[in-house]
Amino acid sequence: MRHSNHGPVLTRMLGDTGSLIFVVVLIALTVAVPLCNVYLPEASALHVTDYTVALIGKYLTYALLAVAIDLIWGYCGILSLGHTAFFGLGGYAMGMYLMRQIGDRGVYGNPVLPDFMVFLDWEHLPWYWHGMDIFPFAMAMVVLVPGLLALVFGGLAFRSRVTGVYFAIITQAMTYALMLAFFRNEMGFGGNNGLTDFKDILGYELSADGTRNALFVASGVGLLLGFLIARFIVTSRLGRVLEAIRDAESRTRFTGYRVAYYKLWIFTVSAMLAGVAGALYVPQVGIINPSEFSPIASIEAVVWVAVGGRGTLYGAALGAGAVNFAKTWLTGAYPEIWPYALGILFVAVTLFLPKGIVGLVSQLRRRMRRKEPS
Amino acid sequence: MRTCTPRGTTAAAVLALLAVLALAPCALAQNNGQNEGQNTDSNASEATPATSESPAPANDATVESGRDAQASDEPGDTAEAQAGADGESEPGADTGEDEDSTEYAATIAELADASYPEKRDILNRLVANPNAHTAELLTAFADNRLVVRESDQTIFVAAEERDETYVLRDPITFEAAGKAATRDFEPVRTNVGLRGSIESGQARLRLQADDAETRLAAVETMTEKLDDTAADALRAHRPEESDDAVREAIDRALAINDLNTGDNAAKLAAVERLSGDFNQMVYNRLNNILLLIPEDTEDRDQAQLRAAVAAEVERIDWWRGVYDQLETLFFGLSLGSILVLAGIGLAITFGVMGVINMAHGELIMLGAYTAFVMQQLLPGHVGLALVLAVPAAFVVSGLVGILIERSIVQWLYGRPLETLLATFGVSLFLQQLVRTVFTPLNRSVSAPEWMSGQLHFNDMFALTENRLVIVAFSLAVFAALILVMNRTSLGLKVRAVSQNRDMARAMGIRTQRLDALTFGLGSGIAGIAGVALSQLTNVGPNLGQAYIIDSFMVVVFGGVSNLWGTLVGGLSLGVLTKFLEPHTGTVLAKILMLIFLILFIQQRPRGLFPQKGRAAEGS
Amino acid sequence: MKTPALLESFSDRSRVFDFVNRPAAGAKPDVRHGTILYVEDITVSFDGFKALDALTLYVDAGELRCIIGPNGAGKTTMMDVITGKTRPDAGRAWFGQNIDLLSLDEPGVAQAGIGRKFQKPTVFERHTVHENLELAMAGARGVWPVLLARLSGEQAAHIDETLELVGLAERRHDAAGSLSHGQKQWLEIGMLLMQEPELLLIDEPVAGMTPQEVERTADLLTRLAGKRSVVVVEHDMEFVRSIARTVTVLHEGRVLAEGPMDTIQNDPRVVEVYLGE
Repeated sequence: MRHSNHGPVLTRMLGDTGSLIFVVVLIALTVAVPLCNVYLPEASALHVTDYTVALIGKYLTYALLAVAIDLIWGYCGILSLGHTAFFGLGGYAMGMYLMRQIGDRGVYGNPVLPDFMVFLDWEHLPWYWHGMDIFPFAMAMVVLVPGLLALVFGGLAFRSRVTGVYFAIITQAMTYALMLAFFRNEMGFGGNNGLTDFKDILGYELSADGTRNALFVASGVGLLLGFLIARFIVTSRLGRVLEAIRDAESRTRFTGYRVAYYKLWIFTVSAMLAGVAGALYVPQVGIINPSEFSPIASIEAVVWVAVGGRGTLYGAALGAGAVNFAKTWLTGAYPEIWPYALGILFVAVTLFLPKGIVGLVSQLRRRMRRKEPS
Repeated sequence: MRTCTPRGTTAAAVLALLAVLALAPCALAQNNGQNEGQNTDSNASEATPATSESPAPANDATVESGRDAQASDEPGDTAEAQAGADGESEPGADTGEDEDSTEYAATIAELADASYPEKRDILNRLVANPNAHTAELLTAFADNRLVVRESDQTIFVAAEERDETYVLRDPITFEAAGKAATRDFEPVRTNVGLRGSIESGQARLRLQADDAETRLAAVETMTEKLDDTAADALRAHRPEESDDAVREAIDRALAINDLNTGDNAAKLAAVERLSGDFNQMVYNRLNNILLLIPEDTEDRDQAQLRAAVAAEVERIDWWRGVYDQLETLFFGLSLGSILVLAGIGLAITFGVMGVINMAHGELIMLGAYTAFVMQQLLPGHVGLALVLAVPAAFVVSGLVGILIERSIVQWLYGRPLETLLATFGVSLFLQQLVRTVFTPLNRSVSAPEWMSGQLHFNDMFALTENRLVIVAFSLAVFAALILVMNRTSLGLKVRAVSQNRDMARAMGIRTQRLDALTFGLGSGIAGIAGVALSQLTNVGPNLGQAYIIDSFMVVVFGGVSNLWGTLVGGLSLGVLTKFLEPHTGTVLAKILMLIFLILFIQQRPRGLFPQKGRAAEGS
Repeated sequence: MKTPALLESFSDRSRVFDFVNRPAAGAKPDVRHGTILYVEDITVSFDGFKALDALTLYVDAGELRCIIGPNGAGKTTMMDVITGKTRPDAGRAWFGQNIDLLSLDEPGVAQAGIGRKFQKPTVFERHTVHENLELAMAGARGVWPVLLARLSGEQAAHIDETLELVGLAERRHDAAGSLSHGQKQWLEIGMLLMQEPELLLIDEPVAGMTPQEVERTADLLTRLAGKRSVVVVEHDMEFVRSIARTVTVLHEGRVLAEGPMDTIQNDPRVVEVYLGE
């Protein structure tokens, strides 16, 4: 594992074959899918249906979440079982913006209050809903709210050197508590039903073809930027400090690095990326509800990373795509089988594929290379 | 405090039921119908014997009486064909055509054109001088099944059939009296007040019952519908009453009667006599008096009475507060003991092997399903099945645990995070397996009789037996586990390994085998926890998930590999939750607990009772 | 510092202005009195067992000090206290006259200029040898500077120099985990040097080394002394004799004897402790 930080930044970030391939494929996908959707006739074999565009768009946001998790788990050894909390908060921030855009087109026709508040007989908008109708403000919240939660929570945890399974479990408790909280109607986030029935974003109708494709491109670009930021971090000297913390935390401390700060920093960055992923996710699926916070969703996201291969970033994204593709297919074809498959996947990946698909591929390549000369 | 029969008053039972509903952390539908059922049963004792509506063939056979002859004249009367007329001699009624029964019959006949006050009077005369069927008669009266034949103003007990005919019975002997068209009859009407009198009359009749419990219920009913007649009846019955509880209830009723009707001195004396009585009726009555007498009354007597009553009400309120706190404490302990039971298995595996078994919740679930299966296998032996389910669940969950350890966990030694993920996969798998085998529907495991009552301390304070049993059971399991840990070689080895694995291995402990055994032990206890849980909540595939985070919290709070820590941690978390809930609601209480624990772990990352020493400091 | 401890420090009258004494980042120890390390009356107990019992020890600037003692004498615990890993129950530890070691955490101690080598060689196994040295290199330790850090020519040269010094130049691109035991020990010493500490604490540097390696290590440590202060904890008497000028003997958490090697070796108390009663 050699990262050179002598050369230009771009070489450093894309010097690794896997990352380069990933970036190229991602750009191609981001460009090609909308084009195939809009310009190819439906009869064409290469035509991408509206449904598929939304589906792949969703996978892209999952992939960004996976990259965020890999950034802390793969590189710094911090296993968070509560990362969907950040994903969900980002999603709710976006959902609040979309709710406010509905205006008086809701069932009750109230120009300010979302339907569920009218239903609950609320008279005023809660304070935290103010300003969420302004797009830039809402987008700032998408990043800041998860970031702030990560900062406070991580600050408390890392300062007291809560690590390993302890950390994993309190993050799980965190997302569980959030889920319970968001289920409450009094919280002002629509309770059980969450936020839904969105109409448009930035004035464009959500159900329009153009909007769907634009959101897809935004997801692709979001993933690309997220990936590049993550790559920039892990290929810097900071990346090596993170790995040092992962491998020998105590030694890193004696070398003069304030481990807690580093962990907190990367945890917060990761939470922000997850928040962005959530914000991109919500307009494409059209709903956000408290089940996004469920601990199981978080663990599932961790398994995407494990399946793809942690500590590579692109592996995490790949894993998110692969597992979710399998999930879509299996839950459609054999719904009873999916939980078995997922359970077995957890076990199989940890037992037999500790480096995930990426590790498997590189192992196969090494074996091929060894055979060639002989 | 006196200990009574396991029957609660309505209020106490409803309170307990509500509390039980609130207690179960996953808020699923409860199977605590037993409590409710118990309660309805006690009410049901006020209802009539079932025989009154379904005439036995033997009675149908007796057609010879004069009244029957009249009845069979009626058009549309078709019923006399019953072949079973073997002329079996009637017991009782026919033999004593003496004065009493004539008078009784005359009294009944008066009902035909009586006003409501007259009816009440008739009623009281009937009750004062009853025959064997008076209770049935009153029931029919209350149900509007007493009818008058318009042609001759004769009274019958009627049961309506589909085709607008009545099946008639004699109101005195309750012998069948043929059938007749409904149009020829008028019901003997009742109103609310009269029905109250009927109920009270029924109660007065039951006052003569042999069974003390029935008598007690009768007194309670009469106290609710207290009037002079009832009071007189109670006063008359008082000297011959043998049962203490019933006597006490009578005294209470008489005192309340004094409060209602007596002069000021009698009222004051009554307040004195009622002092220390926590009965709901007493409390209501006293509060009524407070409402009736204005606070600034000029009348000195009234003021004195008011002061006495106010002091008594305050006293009851104070005690009520105390009992409420006690009850909350009990609920907290019972929740806590469940948490201990659920967490302790986890504490063992986490403490010894440093791995977290995410499938722990599913092992609890398997234990609960074992209880369910045992009850299916032994139908009719609810209690025995439950007792047998304890070892069975230990074995089932224990074996599954060992299987998990041998097939997965042992290969991931030293990689706790991977273990966590792999065992989570196992939990998904087990859940789905249970869904496939038992369907996703919730199953309910019945409670044996010895767990379905209440321990009744007084009218304000009763504890449900199922929770008491579970608290005791948890403590017993805990004690057994402490014994295993401190007195057996397995326990010694387990402690050795949890303190220093390498050293233990060097001393010749086969750590591999020990890991499997420990994992099995922890899992087995999870199974036992499942059996206990099956008594509190429905058994479903998601049962385990509801408890897994809670169990972790207990372990983390109490400190790893310290059983006492788990005990203290579990109980205090349970109590804390229960004391929070009335102020915040269940969900918010749970959230607050999680936040509290997250903050707690910052301050004391090793829990309440950390392991000390160099080995524990780690790197 | 944890909140309770912080609050305690405020309520403790003798240390009211604790934070005043705290040196600014990058401050050097003040050694005008010739002493670089003051350890006074340090007591550490684990569950009643006293690992250190009012230990008092001074190390002069530029000195090479060897500390010996039987197992359980408290050598490693003493290092833990100095480097901020273990908080003592009582006592004082100062680095120079101006830096209160007990107010610092591990990274703080390291940044103040104390480097530590562990008994078991601990290097970053999955990083290359070069990266290990780069990570240890003195410089800013903040998150943002580290994120944007680029290796200057001067720094690269410095790393190369150190690689030569510890004899690992040829293995610079190999993962540290692939090194032999002795090489790891050397790499760790190299990392210490990159930290440019004023004081090096070295725990059993020659354990598991071949005689040649031991000789080279002795040579290296002797060369270091003078420029920096070095404290070596070692079991190997031959090695100690080959490098030490002053030797301190620890026993049951206290200093049993101190002085030149010859004197120590003939001290009857030391002989008793080492050979048993």
